[in-house]
Amino acid sequence: MSNQIFVIVEHLKGNIEDITFEMLGKGKEIAGNTGGELVAVLLGSGADGLASQLGAADKVIYVDDANLAEFNPQAYCKAVSSVIGQYQPKMVLVGNTSMGMDIAGGASVDHNMPYIAYASNISADGSTITSSLYGGKINVDSTPEGDGCIVSVIAGSFPADAGKADGSPAVENASVDLGDLQVQFKQLIEPEGGDVDITAQEILVSVGRGIQSDENLPMAEELAAKLGGAVSCSRPIVDSKWLAKTRQVGKSGLKVKPKLYLALGISGAPEHIEGMKDADLIIAVNTDPKAPIFDYAHYGVVQDLFDFIPALSSKL
Amino acid sequence: MNIIVPIKQVPDLVEELEINAAGTDLDREWLKMKLNEFDDHALEEALLLKDEQGAHVTAIALDGDDIDKALFAAAAKGADRLVKVTGVQAGSTHEAARAMANVLGGMEYDLVMTGVQSVDDRDGQMAVLLAHYLGIPHISVVTGVQAAGGSITVHKEYGGGMVAEFEASLPVALGIQAARETPRYVPVAKVRRASRDANIEEIAAGDVSVSAGSAVAKMYKPETGAGAEMIEGSAEEQAAKVLEILKQKGIK
Ligand SMILES: Cc1cc2nc3c(=O)[nH]c(=O)nc-3n(C[C@H](O)[C@H](O)[C@H](O)COP(=O)(O)OP(=O)(O)OC[C@H]3O[C@@H](n4cnc5c(N)ncnc54)[C@H](O)[C@@H]3O)c2cc1C
Ligand SMILES: Nc1ncnc2c1ncn2[C@@H]1O[C@H](COP(=O)(O)O)[C@@H](O)[C@H]1O
Repeated sequence: MSNQIFVIVEHLKGNIEDITFEMLGKGKEIAGNTGGELVAVLLGSGADGLASQLGAADKVIYVDDANLAEFNPQAYCKAVSSVIGQYQPKMVLVGNTSMGMDIAGGASVDHNMPYIAYASNISADGSTITSSLYGGKINVDSTPEGDGCIVSVIAGSFPADAGKADGSPAVENASVDLGDLQVQFKQLIEPEGGDVDITAQEILVSVGRGIQSDENLPMAEELAAKLGGAVSCSRPIVDSKWLAKTRQVGKSGLKVKPKLYLALGISGAPEHIEGMKDADLIIAVNTDPKAPIFDYAHYGVVQDLFDFIPALSSKL
Repeated sequence: MNIIVPIKQVPDLVEELEINAAGTDLDREWLKMKLNEFDDHALEEALLLKDEQGAHVTAIALDGDDIDKALFAAAAKGADRLVKVTGVQAGSTHEAARAMANVLGGMEYDLVMTGVQSVDDRDGQMAVLLAHYLGIPHISVVTGVQAAGGSITVHKEYGGGMVAEFEASLPVALGIQAARETPRYVPVAKVRRASRDANIEEIAAGDVSVSAGSAVAKMYKPETGAGAEMIEGSAEEQAAKVLEILKQKGIK
């Protein structure tokens, strides 16, 4: 067992995702408190140039392989597992993201390593990990057993700035044997442009499952129009095909930072919070006084949205 | 094509969750359970593939509260075979995945489609753990599957609405986030009929001696409303106060 803290670098189209810097910042704190070494693990093909943005790390381990040019669940999972096997880190931080979810479990099984998911906090010495479960309604503190553990971190849990530093640390090349791959990357499909760009709106009236039916959407549209904004939504509204994907706020939707985010009937699951927590003013309306959205809102209204929306609309 | 859809009951978050006296788990006595919503999507995607090109769909679940009803509902929607895995009280996703892998080891499968995640898995999501116990590849956060001639093409969702397309040979395990279509609805009468006509096969879990590798030190509710200033009163009064705030902030 080494004293290394690994951060698995997440990058897409040549950009390092913010979750990486969040984890580097946290990793630096843990490494500093435990006399450990902070190592950024970078996978790609001809991607070593990205190391110049990983200055917060003490070292970069770089794996170059043509099959790692684009994210590939099987190839990345194998590569990360192999590097963990070679270096035996004390802790591995990976994003609780679409990519990270395809990485962490493999290494856990391959190396019999504890895996703690949905981390929203990690103690300064790395010994206690807090997971945000049940849609953000319950926190669980876990202590990993034995040496070494893998932690997947919810995006937005730590400040990204703490992990940003220019200048490349020493880069060490590692090689892995990816063997035969049954999964092949084909293409990236860009999101279609929608009728409204919700990321450019200053006012968003955002509806969640509490709206109950697409027949109730006009009520929200009217309120948005009166406020001079647009309607956005949580994921179930898009999965029900009531609104276009381009209206979705959150982890797999868009990140928004409007002057006003009015959340109507949205519970505040971590995947939604990721997309809107930085709005200037968040006002949440929900019938459930314990809804996690109230942890992130500036103002909370415990009320039936079917009573609240007409009441506010009629005053505008 | 043989498609296996593992399904799972999870606590309904509409109800208040209580924590046990030891502060290490939910108080499970009064929990209201419902099917993990992503399982509805996984089953829908399996049934779409069946409709399009023929497939044999098995719904499988670890034994537990209310699970028979969930399996019968799957049959009412179109699942061909129902399996209940017995003799295990999985305390972690690792154990659940190990049990599932033991049973799938004795079955034929081309596609295993789980829900992408659930609200209570502290030690990771099943699709990837199960895939590794089975020694097959995996793709998580899948929003659409097309099958043709022994291979499949899937869409995996990233942030910002970006989607990556992958091709995979079979067998493969998929963590389904959303089906191509809204999951079909099945009336209660049809589920009741299925509970009379359909048969649930029971298969023993076998040896599941794996560990999550971590212990729950403490379970607690985050401080609700810590951030928000609560606005009291009737809907009218609350709306008036909200308008006042919007005016103060120069928004209206
Ligand atoms: C990989 C992945 C990515 C995801 N990405 C996203 C994402 O980008 N965006 C996203 O939003 N979700 C995302 N999710 C889903 C997320 O986990 C939640 O399921 C989702 O955010 C819940 O949406 P909701 O709050 O509208 O619904 P629910 O959680 O069902 O909440 C509905 C709320 O409405 C309230 N309510 C009900 N009736 C009324 C009423 N009459 N008046 C007022 N309030 C009422 C209820 O109290 C409840 O709090 C993702 C999930 C996964 C697994
Ligand atoms: N006990 C279980 N029985 C059947 N399927 C399960 C079980 N646990 C997890 N799964 C499957 O894995 C998915 C994700 O669950 P989890 O890994 O608990 O997040 C579920 O939606 C199911 O498809």
